[in-house]
Amino acid sequence: MTPAYRTPADPAEPALGSPPRTILDEADLARIVDRIAHQILEKTEGAADTVLLGIPTRGSHLARRLGERIAAFAGSPIPVGALDVTLYRDDLRLRGARALEHTDLPPGGIDGQHVVLVDDVLFSGRTVRAALDALSDLGRPRAVQLAVLVDRGHRELPIRADYVGKNLPTSLAENVEVLLREVDGRDAVQLADRRDSR
Amino acid sequence: MTTYLIQGAAIGAGAPTDLLLRDGVIAETGTGLSAAGAERIDAGGLVALPGFVDLHTHLRQPGREDAETVETGSMAAALGGYTAVCAMANTDPVADTAGVVEQVWRLGQEAGLVDVQPVGAITVGLAGERLAELGAMAESAARVRMFSDDGHCLADPALMRRALEYVKAFGGIIAQHAEEPRLTQGAQMNEGVQSARLGLTGWPAVAEEAIIARDALLAGHVGSRLHVCHVSTAGSVEIIRWAKSKGWQVTAEVTPHHLLLTDELAGGYDPVFKVNPPLRTAEDVGALREGLADGTIDVVATDHAPHTREDKECEWGCARPGMLGLETALGVVAEAMISTGLLDWDGVADRMSTAPARIAGLSGHGRRLETGAPANLVLVDPAAPWTVRADELASISRNTPYAGLRLPARPVATFLRGHATVLDGKGQW
Amino acid sequence: MIRHLLSAADLGRDDALLVLDTAIEMAATASRSVKKLPTLRGRTVVNLFYEDSTRTRISFEAAAKRLSADVINFSAKGSSVSKGESLKDTALTLQAMGADAVVIRHPESGAPYRLAQWLDGVVINAGDGTHEHPTQALLDAYTMRSRLGRIDGLRVTIVGDVLHSRVARSNVLLLDTLGAEVTLVAPPTLLPVGVEAWPATVSYDLDAVLPKSDVVMMLRVQRERMNDSYFPTQREYSRRYGLDVRRLGALPEHAIVMHPGPMNRGMEIAPQVADSPRSTIVEQVSNGVSVRMAVMYLLLGGSGSKENS
Repeated sequence: MTPAYRTPADPAEPALGSPPRTILDEADLARIVDRIAHQILEKTEGAADTVLLGIPTRGSHLARRLGERIAAFAGSPIPVGALDVTLYRDDLRLRGARALEHTDLPPGGIDGQHVVLVDDVLFSGRTVRAALDALSDLGRPRAVQLAVLVDRGHRELPIRADYVGKNLPTSLAENVEVLLREVDGRDAVQLADRRDSR
Repeated sequence: MTTYLIQGAAIGAGAPTDLLLRDGVIAETGTGLSAAGAERIDAGGLVALPGFVDLHTHLRQPGREDAETVETGSMAAALGGYTAVCAMANTDPVADTAGVVEQVWRLGQEAGLVDVQPVGAITVGLAGERLAELGAMAESAARVRMFSDDGHCLADPALMRRALEYVKAFGGIIAQHAEEPRLTQGAQMNEGVQSARLGLTGWPAVAEEAIIARDALLAGHVGSRLHVCHVSTAGSVEIIRWAKSKGWQVTAEVTPHHLLLTDELAGGYDPVFKVNPPLRTAEDVGALREGLADGTIDVVATDHAPHTREDKECEWGCARPGMLGLETALGVVAEAMISTGLLDWDGVADRMSTAPARIAGLSGHGRRLETGAPANLVLVDPAAPWTVRADELASISRNTPYAGLRLPARPVATFLRGHATVLDGKGQW
Repeated sequence: MIRHLLSAADLGRDDALLVLDTAIEMAATASRSVKKLPTLRGRTVVNLFYEDSTRTRISFEAAAKRLSADVINFSAKGSSVSKGESLKDTALTLQAMGADAVVIRHPESGAPYRLAQWLDGVVINAGDGTHEHPTQALLDAYTMRSRLGRIDGLRVTIVGDVLHSRVARSNVLLLDTLGAEVTLVAPPTLLPVGVEAWPATVSYDLDAVLPKSDVVMMLRVQRERMNDSYFPTQREYSRRYGLDVRRLGALPEHAIVMHPGPMNRGMEIAPQVADSPRSTIVEQVSNGVSVRMAVMYLLLGGSGSKENS
């Protein structure tokens, strides 16, 4: 798919399309994390019996940040873990087997807990579907909620997020890139032309 | 019978000459020949050589007509430029009686494309235990002079000595498949770096060399003629060179595949590269080429060994050893010996025709192309690169190791006693 | 990732480490309440075993089932194979049945290479003749890594019938790829001609090598070798090349003892050594399942994708 606004490039130049547009900067991200932390505290009655599970790679880092903010606001720590969903994905055949990330459940497990899944971008919903399947193999949570930094729409499954940092209408020709300090060296959310459509 | 006027063919390494083939002989040679009613063949750029003689051919009949017959093998031979082939004795039944060798000989006559000279088994059933009736085979219509248990080594030294002695009475020769059986139990490929890597049981060079040394000593001792089949190692070349230096009547052959291919080809476990003796190392290939060039090795012999698909489309260890060779021999020899400058076309004529005819006692073959000689000859295009296609070969079987390989030269016409068996590269049958 | 796993040499350093890293995650799933993963649902894995090897077959079967693949066990006994069906015909049959992967154990070296030419699916070599057994080498490397924390720079001594050992061949290749230093110790009769081209040192003296070993891997001595003059007697073999309690004491304190099994207790390895805390023999079995899950996931998980085709 070629974006309509792209001008024909000089063949000597790499076809890069437009430069990425920054949607959220570092300060926006910090504000959003704080807001979601408050919302979680509110909805889970002070984060009692609540576990944050980040979906690697960036979801894990967001979960850790949320955990820190919740602990700071509530004055007591909240268990944070990571849940790799690769083995539960339904698109392995399409996209190829890839390296697994570490799944790391808090020592108390998830049985009877409020589990808040944390991911960076909510798109088709398939990752969350895989995460729900993985969760059910790991135990029986009392309830599962979903927190995402960006909801870019285009859902393919009946899934919605409980906590959304930013609703960002996108076209399928665009790519939402979430950059995090821990992985990318800086915090930002930007919108770019989809790499594989070039 | 058609009279052929071949115009402008180089005789071996010599100058362009015309050859008139009439009534089965070379009636005239010279330049600017003409003959009324003769079919003219423009042989400019071609090389005329005496028809090739293969000392080592497996025609599989009787017994394995699903792999090859005397007739299809004769076609392959003619297309390869051969006018005579020596049919090995490991048929079923084994060619160990006058009856079987006469049958093979007659089948060859009926096919009429090359002279099929049967080789007789040395021992009954190739079992290596007691002598077959060598004299009866020699006196039969097939007039057998060469005897071999090929496929099996005649390992018993006392029996080998008796065989060498016995055939002296009728000018016979013993052709040995040199393979010490205890050293090659379960052997699958050359023993060395490749076999160690591939986990295939090794066929050590010493298993060949030890038998050649022993047999050369025996032949020297009893004053008889020994021919060493398919020499494959550098060490064997040394031993044969030494035996010849003693003045003993030892001759040797090398196959085209041992002049070109190495054991690295076993790497994909495709049994099309499985052969006995096995493909060896590049060092061995070099020594064999040198040995053939300096005359230590007398002859190129194909060891043409057709096998059915079932016998090759299987695991390496389950596959039968052997490769097709007749139709590709000249091209491979050109690649290995002519392109490298190790032999010229006179040398090829000697190693592929004159020497093998002398060893096999086939007086009508391997003669110089001069007036009065039988018209057994081949025209070779020395600059006609072609790509080997297994499906285009005349053999029933398809087990060529050269499929997809480009060879620099090919025979374009073959004449057996003045009859064209091949013209323009196509069989005349 | 590679298409088939036929030889340990097929794996570059990155691929080998990917398998080992993936196996760690696979091992972690074994402690969960639900051990089964949906990853290979709808895929068919055929265990094509021309040799009896219950332990290897069960290991592959467990690995495939944990990943939810359908497993068909096709053993030479009781199938058309014993009636003389060729490997090629069997391959065409499996192809027609829609096998996504074939795990093959075969007495002939190179049989998996042939199979790979006749099948569209993934071929995994589970031991071919005296050639290779790559998943064994992977599970051995996994075991070394989990016990000693690394493979790079480890001094690994492999002792016994190297000539006929597919385990030794695969281990030498993989360990070299992963940066270990391998020493082969065996009577000269049980080392292949051509071993000098292997990335390994050769020694005939076990006692000299043991103090400089981080890992000692004992190879099984097959019964049929004992009657074929590779060595004079079992007793002499055991004395010169067996790992007994005295030799165990000569190893550095951290060193581990490995054996691919099945063991000849009292022959190449003393019972007290096999059962000692330094022995990893039981772990090797459980690690086998994790490593084979990793191999199947990586080879099969994405098969059919554009990236892998």
